[in-house]
Amino acid sequence: MTRSTLALALAGSLGAALAASAAAAGPLPAEKMVGMEKCYGISLAGQNDCAAGPGTTCAGTSTVDYQKNAWKAVPAGTCETMNVDGHKGMLQPM
Amino acid sequence: MNPVSQGAFAAALLDRGDAVPAGLAGRNGAADPLRLAVYRNNVRVGLARALAARFPVTARLVGDAFFRLMADAYVDDRRPASPLLAAYGDDFPDHVAGFPAAAGLAYLADTARLEAAVSRAYHAADAAPLGLADLAGLAGPELGLARLTPHPAAFLIRSAHPVGSIWRTHQKETVTAPDWRPETVLVVRPDLDVGVHLLPAADAGFAAALLDGTPLGSAAEAALAADPDFDFGRALTGLTTLGAFARAVIPGENDDQ
Repeated sequence: MTRSTLALALAGSLGAALAASAAAAGPLPAEKMVGMEKCYGISLAGQNDCAAGPGTTCAGTSTVDYQKNAWKAVPAGTCETMNVDGHKGMLQPM
Repeated sequence: MNPVSQGAFAAALLDRGDAVPAGLAGRNGAADPLRLAVYRNNVRVGLARALAARFPVTARLVGDAFFRLMADAYVDDRRPASPLLAAYGDDFPDHVAGFPAAAGLAYLADTARLEAAVSRAYHAADAAPLGLADLAGLAGPELGLARLTPHPAAFLIRSAHPVGSIWRTHQKETVTAPDWRPETVLVVRPDLDVGVHLLPAADAGFAAALLDGTPLGSAAEAALAADPDFDFGRALTGLTTLGAFARAVIPGENDDQ
């Protein structure tokens, strides 16, 4: 396709789409931001520096386990649901 | 002895060993290694929990215990690069991709990528998105040369797995298995709310090209070559309506090649 015929085709395609979407809503206008305040947390919910385990006070615990064997870990969440019907998510090289 | 500097104390907190930095003093004079160990562990636990808060779908997919192992291994390797806790874990998806015990879950890393994009979109700079009226202003002989600047909150996740459907079903209590197919997901935040949108397969490459700064004409030609039924106008107005772009740039006479 030459550059000029491509340009014509693109302009026509865009024009048709714009006409079709003339009645549809676009992104919300920036004015909607006025009077609203985004909540800028310094952290995600519930994070602080006294987080070492349930039931502890800020005294926390000094136990660090570097010996956990991650190689032997087995996922045990909803991934099992994702993998029904012949382990589709696991073996299919797409 | 000089008191310990803030930098040395921070480094000691993230150190895997149990060394007490020189100059650290307790209330009664000598430093208490046990108290420092508590502090050190609190930092580690806090970082791991920040990851769990940022990647809730990834955590649900593998279960809390497994996620904790992945998170702990990440915390061992990565000290925060930013003082913003929300930015911790930007490259956690790469860590997931290389985590040996998760190798059987091919979709897990891309799911984490989508979650990272959602939180980055949430914290991205506010900007008015390009609108359809702006597109109408582009129509002309230079249309094919125009480039679109991505909106600061726009992220595209192209996956060989149905990551968008996986993410969506995990927003609900009950999880159902999606149809297994490749998906391309556009994450946007044109206003206050983050949007996660599944793109038509035919538009995936086009969207990626535009967000990379490819001129409209080149991107359209490539998309048409890949799929003769590709609809340029529908794809462009669709992406624009979702809030993918911030500005359109038409080459001026000086730099028009």
